[in-house]
Amino acid sequence: MLRIIVTTLLLCLSTPLTAAEIETGDKMLDTAFAQLLDRDFDVKAAGVEMLAGSGHPQAGELLRGLLEGELRYLNQPARLVWMRERSGGKFAVDVLDGTDHGEFSARKFKKLPINNAMRAQIRSLLAQLELSDPNPAVRLKSVNAMLENPEPEHAALIRSLLQKEQESAVREAMHVVLALAGLTATEPERRRRAIADLSDSLEPAVRNGLTRLVNNDPDAQVRADAASALRKIEKRVVLFGHLETLFFGLSAGSVLVLAAIGLAITFGVMGVINMAHGELIMLGAYTTYLMQQLMPGMIGLSILLSIPAAFLVSAGVGVAIERGVIRFLYGRPLETLLATFGISLILQQLVRTLISPQNVPVSNPDFLSGLWQINSVLSLTYNRLYIFAFCLLVFAGLFFVLKYTWLGLQVRAVSQNRAMARAMGVRSARVDALTFGLGSGIAGIAGVALSQLTNVGPNLGQAYIVDSFMVVVFGGVGNLWGTLIGGFGLGIANKVMEPWAGAVLAKILVLIFIILFIQKRPRGLFPQKGRAAEG
Amino acid sequence: MHFASKLRRLSLAVCTVTALGLAGAVQAADTIKVGVLHSLSGTMAISETTLKDTMLMLIEEQNKKGGLLGKKLEAVVVDPASNWPLFAEKARELIEKEKVDAVFGCWTSVSRKSVLPVFEELNSLLFYPVQYEGEESSKNVFYTGAAPNQQAIPAVDYLMAQGVQRWVLAGTDYVYPRTTNKILEAYLKAKGVAESDIMINYTPFGHSDWQSIVADIKKFGSAGKKSAVVSTINGDANVPFYKELGNQGISAESIPVVAFSVGEEELSGIDTKPLVGHLAAWNYFMSVENDANDAFIDAWHKFIKSEARVTNDPMEAHYIGFNMWVEAVKKAGTTDPSAVGEALIGVAVPNLSGGLSAMMPNHHITKPVLIGEIQDDGQFQIVSQTPGLVVGDAWSDYLEGSKDIIADWRAPLSCGNFNVKTAKCSGQNY
Repeated sequence: MLRIIVTTLLLCLSTPLTAAEIETGDKMLDTAFAQLLDRDFDVKAAGVEMLAGSGHPQAGELLRGLLEGELRYLNQPARLVWMRERSGGKFAVDVLDGTDHGEFSARKFKKLPINNAMRAQIRSLLAQLELSDPNPAVRLKSVNAMLENPEPEHAALIRSLLQKEQESAVREAMHVVLALAGLTATEPERRRRAIADLSDSLEPAVRNGLTRLVNNDPDAQVRADAASALRKIEKRVVLFGHLETLFFGLSAGSVLVLAAIGLAITFGVMGVINMAHGELIMLGAYTTYLMQQLMPGMIGLSILLSIPAAFLVSAGVGVAIERGVIRFLYGRPLETLLATFGISLILQQLVRTLISPQNVPVSNPDFLSGLWQINSVLSLTYNRLYIFAFCLLVFAGLFFVLKYTWLGLQVRAVSQNRAMARAMGVRSARVDALTFGLGSGIAGIAGVALSQLTNVGPNLGQAYIVDSFMVVVFGGVGNLWGTLIGGFGLGIANKVMEPWAGAVLAKILVLIFIILFIQKRPRGLFPQKGRAAEG
Repeated sequence: MHFASKLRRLSLAVCTVTALGLAGAVQAADTIKVGVLHSLSGTMAISETTLKDTMLMLIEEQNKKGGLLGKKLEAVVVDPASNWPLFAEKARELIEKEKVDAVFGCWTSVSRKSVLPVFEELNSLLFYPVQYEGEESSKNVFYTGAAPNQQAIPAVDYLMAQGVQRWVLAGTDYVYPRTTNKILEAYLKAKGVAESDIMINYTPFGHSDWQSIVADIKKFGSAGKKSAVVSTINGDANVPFYKELGNQGISAESIPVVAFSVGEEELSGIDTKPLVGHLAAWNYFMSVENDANDAFIDAWHKFIKSEARVTNDPMEAHYIGFNMWVEAVKKAGTTDPSAVGEALIGVAVPNLSGGLSAMMPNHHITKPVLIGEIQDDGQFQIVSQTPGLVVGDAWSDYLEGSKDIIADWRAPLSCGNFNVKTAKCSGQNY
């Protein structure tokens, strides 16, 4: 701190400022602004410090503007301006006297460059300013920000504010900050009390503070206390770590299930080896992209509408494939495999020619970004939570269709005994087309979900085709439950192994496991039973 | 709209190529042929097509200035289709059938390794414009991209100066990240970083499920020491990686990511708001402020007929490489590859960041190293720049088995793999 001020003073004395000076009448503010406009990031940082300490009523707003890039700089005449949005356009408004500088242009009004170190510095300064914000949520955020970057001067500030604080959540966070400061107290007694206060906090800063005590504290009793508190905390951290792995596995599994469940119908129920399944997923993802292009500005709604749209597009293409190619090849699996592989190449090239050979950007709606912070060691990302729920929903829907509708009844009848079903008056050709369309449509829906997680490009489908077959074969051909359990099982196995085996090896191990498993149980986890299954 | 403009651009490109081809047929005798060996289809087309266009632009501009040695230049464009063996075939076609005097091309290291024997056998010149892992110096190749000491090491130095003490080296599983990370690990250890403060992680190409890796990075970074990620993650796996970082709430202030394969081209088309503050190390950024760069950007926009297109580091490398070749041809007074190859050493031409880049005896060039932070408009803001130019080092000083090796293609040494300890030149040229 002192070093920065000294260097700043030296710099101010020795180098003439490159930028024109802004006259405000306030000596301190003048220097602060001049420093902010300097090229050297250390000088800028000193300017930020000075601005925050100036007590200027606009200081907080200025710092936030600097952070968000809304504070801009005009060279001739030297002015600081706000970039403000008004009636559809962007305008430049003077920071000091509010005069209008006309329409905003990024070339004329230059950004004040800041770097990562300055961003962290501004956030920490803002946290101090915001500690007395009327909104408790803002106060809690700023106390938490202090926990992340603990500084010795925070404790005094918090102690003075603690008396006034009413909100219990904020008080609790403040106590942790104070106890953390207590870890470095000179009297062993106070250190031990602080350790007792902190023994059920999961904050990383607490763990680091305790580790330091365990290793360096001169007092043996304090060391023992810290070690036992640390052990207690570590135990909980490990437990939450397992929960996190489970969640990661379930979410990876839900992607697998979504990708595979359409295949479970076309391959599992109908017995068609459809190599173009991945491309049907890709078509669903591209439908999402096109819907977003059609409805600019309404990302959330366009995603919801993409679900039925993608179903229709992929189902349509699926029915066309079945009527045009596959129906001539029933009972000839090798030919089907080659023909559908050709179709997959055609579909890929079609997208390359019609849309773009490059990946297309699909935006995420706000409700799909961010995370749910359960505590400081366990947090779940919203997009994964939604996809998990979505996967269960699709599964339930499909299960209902197959179990309780007329179509489902006929599908099951045809798949169990085609000749008998036809003898009973089921039009098996039509059922085949509809079944294939249903499976393809589900693949399209999977595409919508995948567009939120991964790159949308012509090769999207190829990344999932092998995984999909793997899940269906592992789970048991012709059984939806098998696909669900198989998908989740493989997802969890993958995520459990990934931390110690690495992503590449984990994948290989899973494949080896499946090969061995299939040797033992050729019909998968849940084989179909009964006479129909033998044929 | 997108599609229409694509189609227009495509038809334009086809016209240009045909026109050039026709023109070439008419005046074949008095032109100098320049080969362009970049994939125009397949997985690498995304990056390499831009470089083909850059070469066409540079050649067009040189012709406007009156050509070279009183002759016009003529571009011969071939498409190796992201297919490594095809690169070698196409290179042979360019040199033997088309009789080009120099070739500008390749992106991936494996494509360069594939054409190397062809260039050495037929004694022609290749200008390679992409940052790479080093450990190579061929008589016939001129490396205008960065060697590891011109990109990776200065980036690590910058982060160290910012107080970073724990390091995650994350990369895609192939030769460039593996070699670079080996060098970086040796460098970090030489700087006194403990083994337990380095975490190395490799993922397959196109990896998309980053949850547990990002969670691991988060845990690794919460041990009370400032941490950073050094990323050699390649290609489109970067998009879900950065998305996951944003979703798990890791900001550039807590754990910055410095990337060596993410530039303006890769950022165009993705939402960069969550990425603000993450870093990249290159030798050129589009946001460099000086007249040469402004002129280059204007010329590029005019040539490609779109104001939205960005410029990037490998484009600058071709700019430097092409101008070096032009100067060397002038110096030698001939386009004969052997004479030009010798004349190239010591040639210095302006780069786009306001300095002079020179070709060194080891066939690498001098370049400034810039560190930039990603901005919300997809551009980089330069936060650090080496005071002078850095000489590209073909053989890393931090790897066992490579630190005693130097490359010097001047007579009398004339060796790309000379061991100073045993004073022997390995017969292998690269």
